[in-house]
Amino acid sequence: MSGVQSPPQPSETAPPVSAVGLWRTVGALLRKELLVELRTLESVPAMSLFALSTFVVFHFALNRNSVEGDLGAGILWVTLLFAAILGINRLFVADADQGGFDGFLLAPVDRSAMLIAKTLTLLAYLAVLELVAVPAFALLLLGSPLWPALPGLLATLALGDVGVAVIGTLVAAMAVRTRARDLLGPLLALPLLVPIVIGGARATSPLLVQAHPTAPAARWLLTLGLYDLVFGLIAYALFDFLLED
Amino acid sequence: MSEAALELQGLARNYGERAALSGVSLSLTKGQTLVVFGPNGAGKTTLLRVLATLLRPHAGDVRVLGSSLPNEAWAVRGRVGLLGHEPLLYRELTARENLRFHARLHGVSDERVQELLESLAMASRASEPLRTLSRGMVQRVAVARAVLHNPELLLLDEPHSNLDPAAVELVAPLIGSASRRTRVICSHDPTGDLAQADVVLGLRAGRAALVRAVAEVDPSEIAELYR
Repeated sequence: MSGVQSPPQPSETAPPVSAVGLWRTVGALLRKELLVELRTLESVPAMSLFALSTFVVFHFALNRNSVEGDLGAGILWVTLLFAAILGINRLFVADADQGGFDGFLLAPVDRSAMLIAKTLTLLAYLAVLELVAVPAFALLLLGSPLWPALPGLLATLALGDVGVAVIGTLVAAMAVRTRARDLLGPLLALPLLVPIVIGGARATSPLLVQAHPTAPAARWLLTLGLYDLVFGLIAYALFDFLLED
Repeated sequence: MSEAALELQGLARNYGERAALSGVSLSLTKGQTLVVFGPNGAGKTTLLRVLATLLRPHAGDVRVLGSSLPNEAWAVRGRVGLLGHEPLLYRELTARENLRFHARLHGVSDERVQELLESLAMASRASEPLRTLSRGMVQRVAVARAVLHNPELLLLDEPHSNLDPAAVELVAPLIGSASRRTRVICSHDPTGDLAQADVVLGLRAGRAALVRAVAEVDPSEIAELYR
């Protein structure tokens, strides 16, 4: 497939020539990302263990066998947010420490490929995290079965995950070349991710009402979708500049 | 008249307030080898990174393979092979996986990867993670990465570091004078690398203390750079 031309570089007079197609580049990067994670197991196990531990802590700290509505939705989204931060912090570390950035920048490829590949990588991490975390949440903190709420919850989580992945990739790319990257990443990410937590929790809350669970409010799903779109466009516009010297 | 591979006129590059390169001017014809000498911190690595399009020049005119930097950097990428201090390889991936990854970024076939692994006597260790290989072996894989896409211009920063004499012979057809590529070599070894040079650049504190055809260079001038 032919590569999409990226926008003009800050100081380049002509658009970059991509000798290799965009999606072929994305495929190569994504395959590399997943291979590195499978070998090191640095991100996904840590994210999952964090979420499990947090649910256990809530289970005992609240001293309740079940939560519902706003409280349940808040616990779920805040836990997923902090677990995601762990993955965001590690997203570019191997590239920065082992010269992957330079190797990529030397290639005649569309630089947006890295944004897409890293976003898809983070999405994959979040999907695995939620495969572990959501059943654990239901087991430890929900008094009733999760099945009736599952379709609505999956839609809400998917919209939230796209936003977390796009913002996480953008923020991780900003922070990774700084000396205080472990500190700067979360500090930059948290304010930008708060609207996703609010939208996600509000959309999830009616699903977790035990007496009469209802579908998530369309306006919160729309809010999440719009937020994803806006940050997707911002990330596309900014990402090439972040990779520049 | 021969085509110029490199044309630098007053190249400057700063890191914050510190000038890493200042007023560097030279010209190199295609097929020639430029050897850069200078003590640590003289600006050799910075020069290579500017020529590789990884760093922007802050002043001066820089043309690499006929394209002006940084405005036409897109036209240079993919035509340059960089072998620096870092191998630009992932430690958790095997040599073959690393090279296949770079091959895909450059649109190169997997056959070329296998050919290079065999020519560098790395085929038998190609399925082991890079972190388990010796530094010399990693350097051989890095050489393969640098020439994978058959670049017109090779930028080599002490290319023989960590290589034993047998490995130096193995890499010679790929990055030595037999490769018939235009080369820029950063070196601390006047006795060995002067023989490869067509043009010599001596850097001291980011400035060109010596720019001359090799026939006009007295080895004592190079020794002087390090005093």
